Amino acid sequence: MEHRLTTPLDRDKVLRLSAGDVVYLSGRIFTARDEAHRRMLAVLSRGERLPFDLSGGVVYHCGPLLRDNDTGWTVISAGPTTSERMAGMTPELLERTDLSGIIGKGGMRGLVDLFRSKGCVYLAYPGGCAALAAGRISRVVGVHWLDLGMAEAVWEFEVDRFGPLIVGIDSQGEDLYERVLERSKRRYSPPR
Amino acid sequence: MITRESFVDEIVALIGESEVSLPEDVVRALDAAFERESDPIAISQIGAILENIEIAGDKRIPLCQDTGILIFDVLVGTGARIDFDIRDAIFDAVVAATNTVPLRPNVVHPLTRKNTGNNTGKGLPDIVFNLVRGSSLEVSVYPKGAGSENMSRLAMLKPGESDEIERFVLETVIGAGGMPCPPIIVGVGIGGSADLAARLAKRAALRPLGAMNDFEQGLCDAVNMLGIGAMGLGGDTTALGVHMEMAHSHTASLPVAVNIQCWASRRAHKKFS
Repeated sequence: MEHRLTTPLDRDKVLRLSAGDVVYLSGRIFTARDEAHRRMLAVLSRGERLPFDLSGGVVYHCGPLLRDNDTGWTVISAGPTTSERMAGMTPELLERTDLSGIIGKGGMRGLVDLFRSKGCVYLAYPGGCAALAAGRISRVVGVHWLDLGMAEAVWEFEVDRFGPLIVGIDSQGEDLYERVLERSKRRYSPPR
Repeated sequence: MITRESFVDEIVALIGESEVSLPEDVVRALDAAFERESDPIAISQIGAILENIEIAGDKRIPLCQDTGILIFDVLVGTGARIDFDIRDAIFDAVVAATNTVPLRPNVVHPLTRKNTGNNTGKGLPDIVFNLVRGSSLEVSVYPKGAGSENMSRLAMLKPGESDEIERFVLETVIGAGGMPCPPIIVGVGIGGSADLAARLAKRAALRPLGAMNDFEQGLCDAVNMLGIGAMGLGGDTTALGVHMEMAHSHTASLPVAVNIQCWASRRAHKKFS
């Protein structure tokens, strides 16, 4: 099934998404990878507010490549990074924010129950398709924590029909990656 | 005789070429995988990959935002006359390419994580020199992303455990799942020593796609039987190829290394005469 969604995400619409569905997303997304996650958690654990609003928001596991022109930043190439690296920090992030969606690649193991209890969805963007992704980013709204470096900073992007995104982990308790992995393990019978 | 200045310019162009377009053998293999695929999600993923390749080529922008760390193979003819430091010139080319291509600054100190900002640092770019007959100079560049590289593994098997090689390769691929951006190319290095096996695996992963020997084809079929599929979302093609490189080893060891290359198997080559 194919869905068109806009940020901030509507909780009921998120709950209706099923693993394997296709989503095209419009609105604002925030890039965050390893260092940005560490800093977000540090800020939140001190009881302070983030310099950006993640309520109903979507985090994109991405370290983009941009060029700094006279007119501002231009996105050159902006595909997803491996989400698993952020898996250990994601439970606390979901506890401390009202994040509704995460875009990345490769999935995050062991978080399906958390996604269900928080009403959050994991959306897979085809890995390596960074030129395609850049074409769907209509504007660089802003950047936070640029001291972390271009790849690790938090970039706020406006996107237009960003996709094809595949629902990898839905909020009904289905994890497509887990399903595929279980099947591979069954198909593989190790030599004895 | 080539001047340092024109060598640097050529290497900058070579890096650019490697980042914006894929070698023909890789595009052919992806096209074939798309035609063969029966899983609708996998079709959407490989379809997006093919569209991405086209956009990057048309707009001359990097295929993937992870422009990698740069690996160079340099073949120097014993009769070549070169009056400049090739390593030093390649460093300059990488710094220049970081701005012009552009490349994402990926190189950091391993502990402080401080980014050098120009894709060079201690030991990087990784340049391997080989002396060959003749008087030419050849340079190959391979941008290698971290998503696939992070899935590398090494096993020091017992000498009689050659039957365990297939298990080790398959378990590595299953453990990697969708993380290294399948369809992947699996490089297997067998023999040598711990570090040599790792080198062989990397070399195997970077090798052009083409005919596989029986051992490689058997492993490739076994990998594709797993059904991990494009991006780990399920499908018929998990690996475009499995490549093996071998060296003799100590009688008491059987080192086996696996190195994985994502679908964006980028490489470019230039021969200077």
